[in-house]
Amino acid sequence: MVDLKVKVHDLEFKNPITLASGTCGFAREMADFFDPAIVGGFFLKGSTLKNRDGNEYPRMAETPSGMLNAVGLQNKGIDYFIENIYPEIKDYDTQLIINVNGSTVEDYIALTEKVNELDKIRGIELNISCPNVKEGGMAFGVSCPGAEMVTREVRKVYDKTLIVKLSPNVTDISEIARAVEGQGADAVSLVNTFLGMAIDAETRKPKLSTITGGLSGPAIKPIALRMVWQVANAVKIPVVGMGGIMNAADAIEFMLAGASVVQIGTAVFKDPTLPVQIIKELEDYMLHHKMQSVNDLIDCLQM
Amino acid sequence: MRKFKRMAKKFVADFVVVDNKPLNATNFLIKVKSNSVLPNILPGQFVNVEINDSKEIFLRRPFSVFEVDYNDNTISMIVKILGRGSKKLTEIEPGRNVSLVYPLGKSFTYPSSTDKVLLIGGGSGVAPMLFLAKESGLDKTQVDILLGARTKEDHIDVESYSKYANLHYATEDGSLGEKGFVTQHSVFINDLTKYDKIYACGPDGMMRAIAKVAKAAGVFCEVSLENLMACGFGVCLCCIEPTNKGNLCVCTDGPVFNINELKW
Ligand SMILES: Cc1cc2nc3c(=O)[nH]c(=O)nc-3n(C[C@H](O)[C@H](O)[C@H](O)COP(=O)(O)OP(=O)(O)OC[C@H]3O[C@@H](n4cnc5c(N)ncnc54)[C@H](O)[C@@H]3O)c2cc1C
Ligand SMILES: Cc1cc2nc3c(=O)[nH]c(=O)nc-3n(C[C@H](O)[C@H](O)[C@H](O)COP(=O)(O)O)c2cc1C
Ligand code: FES
Repeated sequence: MVDLKVKVHDLEFKNPITLASGTCGFAREMADFFDPAIVGGFFLKGSTLKNRDGNEYPRMAETPSGMLNAVGLQNKGIDYFIENIYPEIKDYDTQLIINVNGSTVEDYIALTEKVNELDKIRGIELNISCPNVKEGGMAFGVSCPGAEMVTREVRKVYDKTLIVKLSPNVTDISEIARAVEGQGADAVSLVNTFLGMAIDAETRKPKLSTITGGLSGPAIKPIALRMVWQVANAVKIPVVGMGGIMNAADAIEFMLAGASVVQIGTAVFKDPTLPVQIIKELEDYMLHHKMQSVNDLIDCLQM
Repeated sequence: MRKFKRMAKKFVADFVVVDNKPLNATNFLIKVKSNSVLPNILPGQFVNVEINDSKEIFLRRPFSVFEVDYNDNTISMIVKILGRGSKKLTEIEPGRNVSLVYPLGKSFTYPSSTDKVLLIGGGSGVAPMLFLAKESGLDKTQVDILLGARTKEDHIDVESYSKYANLHYATEDGSLGEKGFVTQHSVFINDLTKYDKIYACGPDGMMRAIAKVAKAAGVFCEVSLENLMACGFGVCLCCIEPTNKGNLCVCTDGPVFNINELKW
């Protein structure tokens, strides 16, 4: 048997294949297709302190090898999650990580304090990179002082695993990664979506209600992979990698570039059972390459 | 693997195309066969179909279920050519595999045995109306179907449904049935209150016009929406429709909605 276990700070994952925030709902939607215990974990839909209706329809535009979204963090707020969703999913035998969003530092802190009370949530993914909400999120993630400030303040109130999710919409992503590492982040995850745009030539109108939106899917993979590799070389903390992963080979590439855990995002829209297949293919790959532990892949790019 | 198969409520599987035939210039009947037993599938529910061999098409395309045959495990859909994806799908040859995510969405509220119902379909919305007519279990005298299209040629042949319902047609040029939109048809303008339930699926404008009149008449009315979708199973929140319960997902909370829920 091959050993698929990996660790990100204190968080143990039974395997490195997890699902990305905003593309796996609150895990229970995926349970309609497969046993949640099979995968390493779920990064749950972005939560905010209060209810958010999100942006107006249309929020989606298909693009070559990917899509743009402008969902804008629609969610019913953390209290609704705690009362109505958490009880239903807390006994899933897998890691559940909450994706935390705010428009002010106070929001991030208040939200984190509430999440801290939940026994089965052993980590948060601090989203400072959502391109689809005007008030902030990405405002913090695109400058070192902004990223440092949120990370520092949240760190003060949170002892469990703190993963900071980075925006690719910056000049130098490793600089931001180093900045959050310096303020006590336990890990970084990347990439969030790339700011993009689509226009309908027939109607001469933008395809999204917000005009611009976040690009995801295989179209972004080479850039995401490059960024994961750069960041892994720049920081000592673990890296969670994502961006256009469609199969086991893609996942392995991200691990070789330095990711300890990978997230499958947009690809599940095409095939919701894909994470299960990727785990199986990862095992086959390791057997074929006579590898005992998946840790022998992480940051093991042969130069 | 075996364990989750049993707990799964929705599935992803390859089906074999067993039939693909044109119904008219733009509509095709596509029948696909599964090699496993189909779950129960109800009128209003849909499948999300992968489009093979296309470089530009990344996402699946949703189509309403038109017919289910549990004896030979087949699902049929009526595909209207709209853009690249639907076009490509209508070119698929029998024998080829096609991947479906199924069954998705919620069904129409079934009529009770004494109800008198009116089903209104237009454009790509004909399939779920015909499925409902067949499944309703009502006597033909209780069911009126009203179908709208631009011309006679745009209508598909549904005469075989005359055993389930009274068929009425509207065409914009008057080449079949009454001239005008479905909302100008005598069946619709005479007295809606004689119906206990109205169901509609078709272009947005048609459904809104129907909803407005049904609401004013105080008649129960459900519509099936066709918002753009990315996932089809409730995780991306791209397909939302504003309702009096907030933004709901058309793919999981719908596609069928009671008009009183909608902000129309
Ligand atoms: C629940 C549901 C059930 C459906 N059932 C059927 C059915 O039974 N038969 C059928 O023929 N079609 C049905 N549709 C519509 C069908 O999914 C679309 O026609 C198809 O996705 C178009 O894909 P395309 O690649 O051909 O068009 P594209 O090339 O993607 O688009 C062509 C143009 O049409 C617009 N468009 C695309 N999809 C939609 C949409 N859903 N609503 C409004 N405008 C759109 C695009 O913005 C673009 O301008 C259903 C849709 C939904 C959501
Ligand atoms: C519809 C949609 C919604 C998303 N919502 C969130 C979110 O709430 N929080 C977040 O951190 N990232 C969100 N993302 C970004 C993904 O988690 C991921 O970072 C990105 O899509 C790149 O990975 P992929 O190409 O594999 O999808 C969303 C992406 C999509 C497509
Ligand atoms: S299409 Fe993804 S939530 Fe409805």
